[in-house]
Order: sequence, then structure tokens, then C-alpha cells
Amino acid sequence: MADAPQIPDESETRARWGAFAWTAENAEKAKGVIARYPAGRQRSAVMPLLDLAQRQVGAETQTQGWLPVPVIEYVAAQLDMPFIRAYEVASFYTMYNLAPVGRYHVQVCGTTPCLLRGSDDVMAACKNRGMTKGKTTPDGLFTLTEVECMGTCTNAPMVQINDDNYEDLDFDRMAAILDALAAGETPKAGTQIAGRHTSEPEGGPTVLKEMVSSNHDYRKEW
Amino acid sequence: MSLADKDRIFTNLYGFQPWNLKSAQARGDWDKTKDLMKRGQDAIIEEIKASGLRGRGGAGFPTGLKWSFMPKEPRADRPSFLVINADESEPGSCKDREIIRHDPHKLIEGALIAGFAMRARAAYIYIRGEFIREAETLFAAVQEAYDAGLLGKNAAKSGYDFDVFVHRGAGAYICGEETAMIESLEGKKGQPRLKPPFPAGAGLYGCPTTVNNVESIAVVPTILRRGAPWFSSFGRENNKGTKLFQISGHVNTPCVVEEEMSIPFRELIDKHCGGIRGGWDNLLAVIPGGSSVPLVPAAEIMDCPMDFDGLKAVGSGLGTAAAIVMDKSTDVVQAISRISYFYKHESCGQCTPCREGTGWMWRVMERLRTGDADISEIDTLYDVTKQVEGHTICALGDAAAWPIQGLIKHFRPELERRIRDNGGVLEAAE
Repeated sequence: MADAPQIPDESETRARWGAFAWTAENAEKAKGVIARYPAGRQRSAVMPLLDLAQRQVGAETQTQGWLPVPVIEYVAAQLDMPFIRAYEVASFYTMYNLAPVGRYHVQVCGTTPCLLRGSDDVMAACKNRGMTKGKTTPDGLFTLTEVECMGTCTNAPMVQINDDNYEDLDFDRMAAILDALAAGETPKAGTQIAGRHTSEPEGGPTVLKEMVSSNHDYRKEW
Repeated sequence: MSLADKDRIFTNLYGFQPWNLKSAQARGDWDKTKDLMKRGQDAIIEEIKASGLRGRGGAGFPTGLKWSFMPKEPRADRPSFLVINADESEPGSCKDREIIRHDPHKLIEGALIAGFAMRARAAYIYIRGEFIREAETLFAAVQEAYDAGLLGKNAAKSGYDFDVFVHRGAGAYICGEETAMIESLEGKKGQPRLKPPFPAGAGLYGCPTTVNNVESIAVVPTILRRGAPWFSSFGRENNKGTKLFQISGHVNTPCVVEEEMSIPFRELIDKHCGGIRGGWDNLLAVIPGGSSVPLVPAAEIMDCPMDFDGLKAVGSGLGTAAAIVMDKSTDVVQAISRISYFYKHESCGQCTPCREGTGWMWRVMERLRTGDADISEIDTLYDVTKQVEGHTICALGDAAAWPIQGLIKHFRPELERRIRDNGGVLEAAE
């Protein structure tokens, strides 16, 4: 947010996105979203619909997606709210991209818990591949952003790339993930430590060991 | 003292087993929920009060008492709502994520029971936008519950109609503040509201609303099944129950773990985290409750009981029980400065002291990091933190001020040393 994005010229985006409309599938989804809120409170759906719109733009452009002004207007019109109310939502929350991003949006967490575990090395691995904070690589593959705490602190440092988290990183592991993505592969999401499952201590859980191999019912011991 | 596995509430915390309804039921979730609800609304609230459960989102307000503020007879045109705070964004915290992705049915069953007890019409679970896969799991788990007749009309055959909806955020720490969350749910920028009116009087859509943390709600079914005396048998007076601790930073094996409240810090670390990296002598300081609370130096934290009162006694707080551990290799000024940057980034911009103050405090912190400052500026910075603290609508201003105050209180000599090494002017002549 601090670094102002390069928002493309409005007449260009209007020419490209002025005719934006939901795909049949997303039109159904949008209806379902609006139904979650009481009648007359459809404005509550603005956040999920902006997210849906960003994803549709992403699918059309083979990127993570972004929100051109005509698309925000489209969502605002559907919810019967002024454009500026939808725009201020889009500009307030960090997950809405107000400018185009690359195929992969590499969001490196840099907040203290990740910093203590080596997020600088993760950032270095990104820069080593020619990425610059706040910019998209010339081939359109990667956009690099430093983000604030992603709530994965016991698996720090971590990165979120589009919809997946990659955790317990270091320079080499991050480099391997970027290589895999560039080669068109899908790296395994989650922790990158072999043998670690999720947020249990590395080397195996210290508690609830029965749960590792079977769906243990502890009620018998109450 | 040690919590036995049979007394842990979140048995699938690490997700070794599936989260789905069938597996959750085999572990004991959704077991005779109808009978729990048959006890009646007031009896449930009394049981939660008696259990000593205090809100797990950071402030530690008694959960049962909070529910009792809701209207006993909601008007048809003003239904009551339960909002569940899953906007887990406090640096260091990562417990709600584990509940949602590995044990979501505990949360959903808790939502029904808590919603029933406070006579709410529906619950909205506000999950932070960055929890993308976690939200997918939660949507699917809620759908499972609907398909099994556990939610909706005549939920769990209790005769009570109750809906649970999931609402995804989109990246704003401030939405973890309850009134900002309500604004965000209404489709606006997440800027906190002035209180009063409190949400229990006028919250979501102007209707009576209670906002509870994920963990506070998810422990409710188990407390009712096992009874208030069971829950209150753990922890010290006024600090009852079990708690999910999250330990990050310079320990050998960072993890999330459910333990008894009031467990001494040293025991927690030695038992589950493989000790401090480089041994206990290498411990510098700990931020014990998420980034908003002041740090505590090694000597004071080592044998401190990890609970609300124990950490208050050392000038800090339990917060979300997210301990960020720092060993002696840490640049402690940088660690706190990075937290200052976090608050600058996350300030919603509504109140001037916070909007301007967070940026100002971060810029001074960055100069103190390199020693490019005058010694008198330490006091100026301290004064400014005092002027931000308590002068904003919500607690984000306080949260930005406290870590800096903690740093100055405990590491002033380090700040002065950097200024001197950088060739700064000493206040008094040698």
C-alpha cells in the first residue's frame, strides 16, 4: 500500500475491461454470495464479489488478477452501491490489486516472527531471480511484494504465492520453489521441511502421538 | 503438572487425521448436541461463566459474562448475531488457523451452541483473506453440517433455527478489532466505531451482536460435555482452562501446542520446543503474547507463569499466547522497529495520533536502529508513544506504543550505546 502501484491509463483499461461481465459460472457464485446476507444488506457482499471479479480477471489474463476501474463499477452496480464506496473498499484492503500483477504473486512475509527466522534470505532468493519489490519481472512471471504477518508464525519464514503457502523456508528452498514454478511445475505447498507435517514441533509431536497413525477417540479415557 | 492428552480439547490440532464430519464425529464432535442445548440458554451461559473461560482473542474478557449482555428476548425486526473473529493477524499468532483447517467442526458446533445461548439468529465467521485454503476447508465443513441437518432449520434436531455463514476478509489487520470487523462485514472499510454503543446493543446492521474469538467458541462444546469444574481445574485462580500456545522465533522447534494455563515459560519451551536455540543462557527477551504486548527480558520471563496475571505482573500480557522468542543474536531494536513498521502499515488512518504517530515512531525507530539520533530523542520517542496511547478510537494506537515502551524500558542502554558508537552527542559532559 505504501508504494503506489502503477495504475494503467484509464482509457486503455476502459477499452479492455469496459464490457466486463460475469462468466455463467461466476454469475451463479455471485448469487450464492449475495444470499448469505439479509435482504437489503447486499452491500455486505462487496468484498467477496471483488475477490471473485479479481479471480475472473486473473483467469482471463493468466495472472493472479487485478481490479480495473470498470470491473469495480460493474460490482458496485450489481450491489446497488455508489462506485466510490466499492472503490474505497478495493483500495483499503491489501489483497485487491489495483494494478496488473504477474502470473505468480510472490508475497514474502517480513514481519518480526519471520524476520527472526530468516525472511531476509527468502527475499534474497527472490532478488537473486531478478525480482524487485513492488515490480513484475519483464517476462510477466513473478510480482514480488513484502507483506505483513500471514499467521503462520510457527512455520516461519513463509511466502504466499497466489493461493498457496510455502513454509519453513530458507534461501535454497525458496529458490527451488521459484525454479519449479518457472518450469511450469506445482511445488508441494505447506512446510518444506521433510518429515514435518504442519505446526507440530519438527521431529514429531510431543503430545497426542496416538493421532499420528489413527483417529484416536480420547473420550474413553475421560 | 502436565496436561494429559485426554484433557486436550483440540485432538486433531496437527491435522494428522481428516477434518471432515465423519472423522470429527468419531473424535467426539456433534455428539448429542441437542442434549447440550436442552439444558437451556441460561444454564449454558452459567456453565461457561462457572468454567472461568476468558476470551482467547487477547483481551481476556469473561466469555459467559459477554454473552449475558445480549437481549433475552430479541425483537423480530432486530435479530441478534454472533460474529466469530477468525481474522487472526496478530504477529506471532497462528492458532485459529490450526482449528479452522484441522478441527473446523469444533468451531461450527460451538457456533451453534453459543449462538443458541445468546439467542442469536445466525453466526458470521469472519476469516482473514490470506487464509485461502483454510477458508475453503471452512466453507466445505459448514456445507457438511448443513447437509447433515446440524445447521439451518431445526439445527441438530434441537428445534432451534440457526445459520452459519463464512465471510472472507481481504487483508487488513484492523478488522480483528470487533467494530472494524462489523463495518467490514457490512461492506465498508474496516474502520473501528466509537463505543458506546457497544456491539451487544447495536452491532452488525445495528442489531445486537457479540464478537468472540475462534478459540473461545471452539472450546465451548467440550466444556459443556465435561463440565465447568473440569475446565476450571487447570490454571491458577482467574486464569482457568487449557490454552493453545504458539511459540515462534529462536527456539529449536517452533510449534503450536495446547497446554494448561499458567504453565511456566521454561517448562513450555523445554517440553515442546526443544529449548532455546543455543541454550537458556542465550535467551535475550520474549514477546509473550503477540506483537502488541511489551517484551520481557530473559531473567523475568524464564519462570513466569504463562497466564493473564503472571504476564501482567512482569509488565506485559498474555494476549493471544503467541510467544516470540529472541536469542542473543537478535538485533532487538530492528525486531521492534519491524513491529513499528507493521503498525504503520496497518493503521486504518481514522485517528490522527495513530495515522501520523505510527509512521513517525517507525521513522525514529529506524534511526535508533543505526544510532543516527541524539540521546534526548529516546525520551521524545517515549513521550510520543504516551501521546498516541489511549488517544485513539481503538487499541491499535496502544498496540503500536507498547512494544516501543517495552524496548525503552528494558534496553535503553543498548539504544544509547548505538547512538554513542555512531558518534552522537552525550547529554552530559564526561
